[in-house]
Amino acid sequence: MASYSTNEFKGGLKIMLDGDPCAIIENEFVKPGKGQAFNRVKIRNLKTGRVIERTFKSGESVEAADVMDIDLQYLYNDGEFWHFMNTDSFEQLAASVEAVGDAAKWLKEQDMCAVTLWNGQPLAVTPPNFVMLAVTDTDPGVRGDTSGGGGKPATLETGAVVRVPLFIDVGEILKIDTRTGEYVGRAKE
Amino acid sequence: MQTESDWRPLASLDVLKLRASILARIREFFTKLDVLEVDTPVLSRAATTDPALCSFKTVYSGPGAAKDEPRYLHTSPEFPMKRLLAAGSGSIYQICKVFRNGESGIRHNPEFMLLEWYRTGFDELELMEEVQRLVTDVLTDVMPIDTIQHWCYRDLFVEMAAVDPFTATVAELSGLLQSRYGVTAVGLASDDRDAWLDLLMTHVIEPRLGNGLVFIRDYPASQAALARVRPGDPPVAARFEVYLNGIEIANGFHELADAEEQQRRFERELQQRCKAGSEVVTMDEKLLSALRSGLPDCAGVALGLDRLLMLASGSRQVQDVLAFPFHMA
Repeated sequence: MASYSTNEFKGGLKIMLDGDPCAIIENEFVKPGKGQAFNRVKIRNLKTGRVIERTFKSGESVEAADVMDIDLQYLYNDGEFWHFMNTDSFEQLAASVEAVGDAAKWLKEQDMCAVTLWNGQPLAVTPPNFVMLAVTDTDPGVRGDTSGGGGKPATLETGAVVRVPLFIDVGEILKIDTRTGEYVGRAKE
Repeated sequence: MQTESDWRPLASLDVLKLRASILARIREFFTKLDVLEVDTPVLSRAATTDPALCSFKTVYSGPGAAKDEPRYLHTSPEFPMKRLLAAGSGSIYQICKVFRNGESGIRHNPEFMLLEWYRTGFDELELMEEVQRLVTDVLTDVMPIDTIQHWCYRDLFVEMAAVDPFTATVAELSGLLQSRYGVTAVGLASDDRDAWLDLLMTHVIEPRLGNGLVFIRDYPASQAALARVRPGDPPVAARFEVYLNGIEIANGFHELADAEEQQRRFERELQQRCKAGSEVVTMDEKLLSALRSGLPDCAGVALGLDRLLMLASGSRQVQDVLAFPFHMA
């Protein structure tokens, strides 16, 4: 089993902690002049997203986590799992609801997503920064209103609800920033 | 990743000038007090036995050495300076580079500049007063010191962490760290009480020390290092630490002068090194001989000048005050 000593610690390193895969965010060397050296580390649990702090006695080793990020194409959701495909090998992988998390509301068939794999299985899914989604439900558009003030909710084809300007109509394709959940503009055909 | 501009110094010219002026003021300070500036070897046959320190090791080959001979870069000039004291030098100071393997971070550079001085006839309390005068004097016009606190190690822990460091068990210390302060440690042995106290010191107490100069004295006897231990209940080490704005800058002792006790500490530390799998280095027999011949009653202190400069220049990390920090050397 691969392992890392505290001397290899740096931001981004993937380690196992309490049985969960984690990523080091920040590593600080702490040592009193006449005393024990420590590595004070901020760590993100990749399963839960929670950030915790741990202090290691310097020189300790921890198990490496077999974690990698890879771009996969989203295929479909069968009601229980979200299925992705590696467009190079055509290998298919199924991601659980826990792995997909909040990304679910942005996933559109054939979009490329960054998928974090742990021991070869999807652990987390990050949607593209921008997605193009059709409006399936909203109040009728108010023609000529470009005031930008107010706005109204619109339901998109993936089920996500975003705030859009009053002139948007059902059937229009919108560009959405998935990091903020905000409307960016109409998609240019 | 190498880039074409990597040859440039990291510290600004202003900071390099501040370093030069601080060094000049330190020399002026000691000249006025008639303390002699000395220079001792960086390379030594013997190395520190302190289990928490790791010496850089190199090899001499050439005239006088039929076979390669190991030499260690000093982690502090303490032992040869004590040989000078035992030979009748009187009060002395030294400004030099010291080297500590394995210590690299925002407050550590593996080589750093130390000011170390010894005052004959002083105990640690008198030397603490002199440290205060020196730091205040050197930082005049740069960073005025408004507040000065004095703490005994025990009172500090009781006040700031609600625990008695002399009586608490390791289980109590680790429980307190975890439940009250959210500090979880990995790899600390359950019989290494001092390491748990260090954890409490670095993670809980140091951030609460506040600004200004803080003197901490009367350390547990188990952390005496090279200080004499005063009998009592409990016995305490005649050792002090100095913090400036919550960052450790100096460590001092009323120096242990008892050669037999010094040898026992060397041997105990070598056993600890052996147990920890660290190199079992050669102890400094010449220091022991000097102590046997008689070390005058004295107190000594080592002050990290890069840290002082870091604080004086308002820098966030020690690398910012070095022309060429370790990773750029």
